[in-house]
Amino acid sequence: MTEKTITIKVKRQDKPKSPSYWQTFEVPDKPFANVISCLMEVQKTPTTRDGKTVSPVTWDCNCLEEVCGSCTMLINGRVQQACTALVDNLEKPIVLEPMSKFPVIRDLQVDRERMFDNLKKVKAWIEIDGSHDIGEGPIMPDQDRAKRYVMSECMTCGCCLEACPQFTIDNSFLGASTFNQVRLFNLHPSGEMGKEDRLNAIMGEGGITDCGNAQVCVEVCPKNIPLTESIADISRQTTWQMIKNLLTK
Amino acid sequence: MKNRKKKIVIVGGGLAGLALAMKFCERNGEVTVVSYQSLKRSHSVCAQGGINAAIDAKNEGDTPEKHFYDTIKGGDFLAHQPLVRDMCYQGPTIIHLMDRMGVAFNRTGEGHLDFRRFGGTLYNRTAFAGATTGQQLVYALDEQVRRHVHDGSAKTLEWHEYLGAVLDSEGICRGAVIHDLRTDEIYTLKADAVVLATGGPGQVYGRSTNSVVNTGAAATTAYMQGAKFANGEFIQIHPTAIPGQDKLRLMSESARGEGGRIWVPRDANDNRNPREIPENERYYFLEEKYPLFKNLVPRDVACREIYDIVYNQNLGISGDPMVYLDLTHKSKEFLDNRLGGILDIYTKFTGVDPRVTPMKIFPAVHYSMGGLWTDYGPDSHGLIDHGSPKNQMTSIQGLYAAGEVDYQYHGANRLGANSLLSCIYTGLMMARGVMNYVDSLEKSVDDIPSTIFDDARSHWESRFNDIKNMNGSENPHKLHHELGDIMLANVLIVRDNKSLEKASHAIEDIETRFKDVKCLDTTDWANPSPSFINQLYCMIHLSKIIAKGALMRDEFRGSHYKPDFDLHQPKDFDPHEYIDYLEQKQYGEVTEEKFPSGHLDYMKRFQENNEKWLKTTVAQYKNNQPEITYEEVNTSLVTPRPRKYD
Repeated sequence: MTEKTITIKVKRQDKPKSPSYWQTFEVPDKPFANVISCLMEVQKTPTTRDGKTVSPVTWDCNCLEEVCGSCTMLINGRVQQACTALVDNLEKPIVLEPMSKFPVIRDLQVDRERMFDNLKKVKAWIEIDGSHDIGEGPIMPDQDRAKRYVMSECMTCGCCLEACPQFTIDNSFLGASTFNQVRLFNLHPSGEMGKEDRLNAIMGEGGITDCGNAQVCVEVCPKNIPLTESIADISRQTTWQMIKNLLTK
Repeated sequence: MKNRKKKIVIVGGGLAGLALAMKFCERNGEVTVVSYQSLKRSHSVCAQGGINAAIDAKNEGDTPEKHFYDTIKGGDFLAHQPLVRDMCYQGPTIIHLMDRMGVAFNRTGEGHLDFRRFGGTLYNRTAFAGATTGQQLVYALDEQVRRHVHDGSAKTLEWHEYLGAVLDSEGICRGAVIHDLRTDEIYTLKADAVVLATGGPGQVYGRSTNSVVNTGAAATTAYMQGAKFANGEFIQIHPTAIPGQDKLRLMSESARGEGGRIWVPRDANDNRNPREIPENERYYFLEEKYPLFKNLVPRDVACREIYDIVYNQNLGISGDPMVYLDLTHKSKEFLDNRLGGILDIYTKFTGVDPRVTPMKIFPAVHYSMGGLWTDYGPDSHGLIDHGSPKNQMTSIQGLYAAGEVDYQYHGANRLGANSLLSCIYTGLMMARGVMNYVDSLEKSVDDIPSTIFDDARSHWESRFNDIKNMNGSENPHKLHHELGDIMLANVLIVRDNKSLEKASHAIEDIETRFKDVKCLDTTDWANPSPSFINQLYCMIHLSKIIAKGALMRDEFRGSHYKPDFDLHQPKDFDPHEYIDYLEQKQYGEVTEEKFPSGHLDYMKRFQENNEKWLKTTVAQYKNNQPEITYEEVNTSLVTPRPRKYD
């Protein structure tokens, strides 16, 4: 009896500047398989369908339960995490490509440093006085907490940016995930004290006004973060901040 | 040494590492955080249910002292008591700090922190942010560290792997050897102290609830460089995980904390849809056996019961190794608010909505109570002197360990929601001691001859060259899979010496075959193959520590269950009897008739067993093998006694 197999086509690239090429692998079809377990099979038998032994495919992953954000890639053209991409739900052959809006490191690995740099640009943190014992945090209604919680589930995976027509590999657009962080921290009673800094950081080139309102970010977000709501809210806040800046200058 | 900026290297970007980085920066130190991947992606994000602190928000009379007792008892008295007590007393402060940093903790009607129940306690002691508490805590600490990076006091080296410590001629740690995972360059970082905050070793078991990076390689390397490794055999198996091909995903204990019930059909042949099985035909075995703690018995207890149901009573669902975890009696709104994250994960991976249909779960390897041996400096109040340079120091001077990689806080079994606490606690607590350690150094790292660093670098360069030249016939990933299978089959929930001996031989066989491994990729850019082979080598040695420790410990304590050495606690036994017994013994008044029949014998056996085995296992690397010795446990605050949860 021949074992049932799945065909996966992987877009590979050896180095950041080298040309990409395709390779096809056959892996055993096992129950509950996901794209990660298929890639793990390739590690165990790194042989292409034409019988050529090659170096194993490289990719980023860690938690394998869609909470770390590492294993984002294009699967059959759609950006998503490889761990929650169950083989049974995917059209075959499965086509895997690295995200296109970030520089490729190797194979399916990309460099998302830009996302983390943007967190610094908008000061996505609360300026606490120190980590010593100075008592309780602010009292907050649970509804506000719930609103913040949904936003704070962003795992910097990059899906929203990959899908965004405005965000390109070489422009400076901050993108939905960053705007969402601005809203998250502006909504916190202590975080609000840094609101002006954050809003000023997202004015100008690459800022909130560059958003073309395509609304695809919210469709691809694996955590169902209301990104368009965040963008709208942050737009409003920025407009008020601009008026305030004009009046106080 | 006092007037120079203190310079440390922290390896690992999870809760312990980030907490220390933040604190050290605040104290004007210079920090480099080395991380295998981008910060924000560490395994700490996988923690779900919450973090413990006895704030007594529900007016139940909870106190840090009760938290301390629950933790010690949960760990079957194997943890050093002053440390655990100090941690529990710091709990409330830590929660308030994390709250001030903006963690979206669930709140009460008045806007205060809300708490829920977890295993091994009867109090609502667990603060939580939905069901992704670990993620939220990591993000908050990451944001603070990012702020220090922005201000220039901290530096991060992401996509770098720690290979080993740089030891000077006196054996003092003076820096770390680092491997750039992209350029393949190997180099050294000079430091006044190096802190390993590298997490647990779940990958030794192949499939577990752990992340891919949790190989335990950094800790094992420290062990091979001479550091003591303690209590390796105490591996926590989490009772509820979702079976899968690539990993066994965690289903948080909070599911039970919020009312989830575990059951199987009373009739093994009952293949009906679970929702059609009437209440009286369901066997809620934990509730029946443990009327006091019910579904929230500690994890070691729950695992053994599930194992017993499936393998001894053959009552697993449709004959498979699975039981139901049922939340369907709770409203969708309630579940979405308190457990949304994990229920969505279950749905995504199984296609079944747990709000409607009971989940199918089974135990999985989850956490290592053991880890690198670390020291501590007690004060005169049964707490810890936070300024002691000894705190969290391994047996290699200048090399520290914090978080899951150390061994000190959970004894023989960890209580749920205590791991996040111990990680943040160790990171924060040790900062002052590390500062003081650096002050006490006679020689600065700048006075150490450069040859020490050159030698360390060339040692690892040639090691990696040798690995790249490995051209045998074994696939390292297949070998890893086999190692995991050996550990899962023989060193899991129920242990016996025959299987453990078998495991030891099988591991030796893997070790021999390791020499015939093929390095699948020898290129020099972003090539994970040589690193993985080195990690596999470490995992083989770590599995030896675990298996040998388990083989030698002939008793039943916490997660280490050897039925052959079960002392068989009488069903009607009350742990207070044991305290009476000890007192009477002290005054020479022990008489048989004072205790129900069989109890005195049991207590004698219990005491004898404790005299022999209430000890820390210490493994040291000698002649390529772990040499096992035992050390006293600090039980100065509560008398060890039999555990009971019904």
